[in-house]
Amino acid sequence: MSTGDAVHDAPTGDSSNSDGTSRRYFLIQATSVVGAAGAVGAAWPFVSYWSPSEKAKALGAPVKIDVSKLAPGEMLSPIVAWRGKPVFVVRRDAETLASLETNTEMLADPDSAVAEQQPDFAVNAWRSERKEYGIFLGICTHLGCSPKYLVTDNFVETGQGGFFCPCHGSRFDMAGRVVKGVPAPSNMEVPPYRFESDTVVVIG
Amino acid sequence: MAENQLNQKPVESSGLMSWIDARFPATETFEYHMSKYYAPKNVNWLYLFGWLATFVLVNQLITGIWLTMNYVPSGDAAFASVEYIMRDVEFGWLIRYLHSTGASAFFLVVFLHMFRALAYGSYRGPRELVWLIGMAIFAVLMIEGFFGYLLPWGNMSYWGAQVIVSLVGAVPVVGPDLMEWVRGDFLMSDVALNRFFALHVVALPIVLLGLVFVHFVSLHHVGSNNPDGIEIKKNKDENGVPLDGIPFFPYIVVHDVDATVRFLFVFCLVVFFAPEMGGYFIEKPNFEVANPLKTPDHIAPVWYFTPYYAMLRAATFPLFGMDAKFWGLVTMGAAVIIPAALPWLDRSPVKSMRYKGWPSRIALGALCVSFIVLGWLGLQPATKTYTMLAQLFTLLYFAYFVLMPWYTRVEQTKPEPERVT
Ligand code: HEM
Ligand code: FES
Repeated sequence: MSTGDAVHDAPTGDSSNSDGTSRRYFLIQATSVVGAAGAVGAAWPFVSYWSPSEKAKALGAPVKIDVSKLAPGEMLSPIVAWRGKPVFVVRRDAETLASLETNTEMLADPDSAVAEQQPDFAVNAWRSERKEYGIFLGICTHLGCSPKYLVTDNFVETGQGGFFCPCHGSRFDMAGRVVKGVPAPSNMEVPPYRFESDTVVVIG
Repeated sequence: MAENQLNQKPVESSGLMSWIDARFPATETFEYHMSKYYAPKNVNWLYLFGWLATFVLVNQLITGIWLTMNYVPSGDAAFASVEYIMRDVEFGWLIRYLHSTGASAFFLVVFLHMFRALAYGSYRGPRELVWLIGMAIFAVLMIEGFFGYLLPWGNMSYWGAQVIVSLVGAVPVVGPDLMEWVRGDFLMSDVALNRFFALHVVALPIVLLGLVFVHFVSLHHVGSNNPDGIEIKKNKDENGVPLDGIPFFPYIVVHDVDATVRFLFVFCLVVFFAPEMGGYFIEKPNFEVANPLKTPDHIAPVWYFTPYYAMLRAATFPLFGMDAKFWGLVTMGAAVIIPAALPWLDRSPVKSMRYKGWPSRIALGALCVSFIVLGWLGLQPATKTYTMLAQLFTLLYFAYFVLMPWYTRVEQTKPEPERVT
């Protein structure tokens, strides 16, 4: 220490440097490291506080949907919610189903290669358990708006129906598959579900 | 007479003031920041917006505190409590419209305030920190505006927040978890509403006040710039007073009071006759309660976010193995942050637009035009043509910054005057 202040200088002794500078340096370092660790530890509860609570995690009960009144070409209305998210249920006619297998040029992921977007049973051209019924989470994979169901004019080229997201113009076909060149990066999610009977499906 | 802490020069005061000054630097502070703070005598109307921003800040604080007295931050009650304030609370409509119009006014005056800095080179040394603190204020202000917009829990609030929070999900690897952490739930719910409320009414206002305080301290340490972009401290009289300076109190204060009256006149016209501003200040779908199952047919943010929103949407293609969503986030983030680099991008020998060359003037003009066009595009649906336009103007916006080191160096500048004009 250049001040030579006897009171504040560390006592000389076993330190490598006779005026105690290196020991002081070590102590400052050690205190800083321990202090930083303490600060991180203290921040932990404050950060964790923001995570989904037990209550939020518990809200996920399965929902039953009756599809008996759904005519071909229609989407179930009013929209049902599962875990708070809209569930789209569409019934596709034979023509649409056929086009789902052939009209794949325009799609970004026609074969549902991204595994997180659907249960295994939905890895097929219509992305569903039963061909006729398409069931998707009505949440755009771009930034989470809920797309609109357009019966015919979603794809001007083919006159096919599909889903259009009003937020940034993403488009999905009748199997919830995303079109190339739109902001949404992946197909709409298919929730886990099973048909309890021919007319009742359980989501979740 | 009390001792001045800094240089031991005695401060003139008597009676009660002298008693206080011995214990608290009251007169000293007043002199330092007011009666002996010398502002350039040539400052013009563009220098009024800093004060007006302060004034609007106070308006937001007061009306905001009053609103919390009746607002209920819960998914079930928020929308109804706002209706209650509007219809049943005495003058509730006035307090709310003062606050909502104040938010738009805040951004308007801050944009003009920032434009002034661009025009006169106020961001350059020795004011880099004033500028950087200003940038921090701007960032916090945007977040504050975003949180506030969710609170009425209208359908536009809801879906706007959904989109912006989903942006966090575009961060590589940790995105989805981060998004859940921000929302505290698997979708936007009143968990998010509650925490946004806490941040909007307590945390961010404190941060904002702190930043505004250091903004002032650092400005008064280096002194104000002026439309000529030259330092008045270079020419001082024998007492160390800048020859081209005038005391802030009372001369500048009088101007600020005058500006406040004019501002209030326009502000009140809006508050009383057009508080929704045709859907730009308060958007139409926000008169419907939040519906997690139905997105409004056309969603657009409030006007002051639309330039950035248009840039977010302009990224429509994947690049370097990252998807378009990620690049949208990057573009928008960069657009907000890049002005922070200005002090180091500007290589001109002069500060003010008055003495810079045509390339600089055209560049600044192009920046303003692209900002306004992007603001308009951000309100439109994303058609092919509009998206292409947005991409074009996004490039133009960034060109102002990225090309600045080049055009400020090669252009022909005029000599700066010795004294302010
Ligand atoms: C809450 C928001 C803000 C308040 C209350 C505020 C307040 C002020 C005030 C009162 C002044 C002095 C008067 C004037 O020059 O107009 C000033 C100067 C300045 N402010 Fe701000 N300001 C705010 C936001 C910003 C932002 C967002 C920026 C830029 C990113 C910024 C950059 C500057 C600069 C560079 C100066 C010095 C101007 C010069 O001397 O030419 N401020 N501010
Ligand atoms: S949220 Fe659907 S396109 Fe952006």
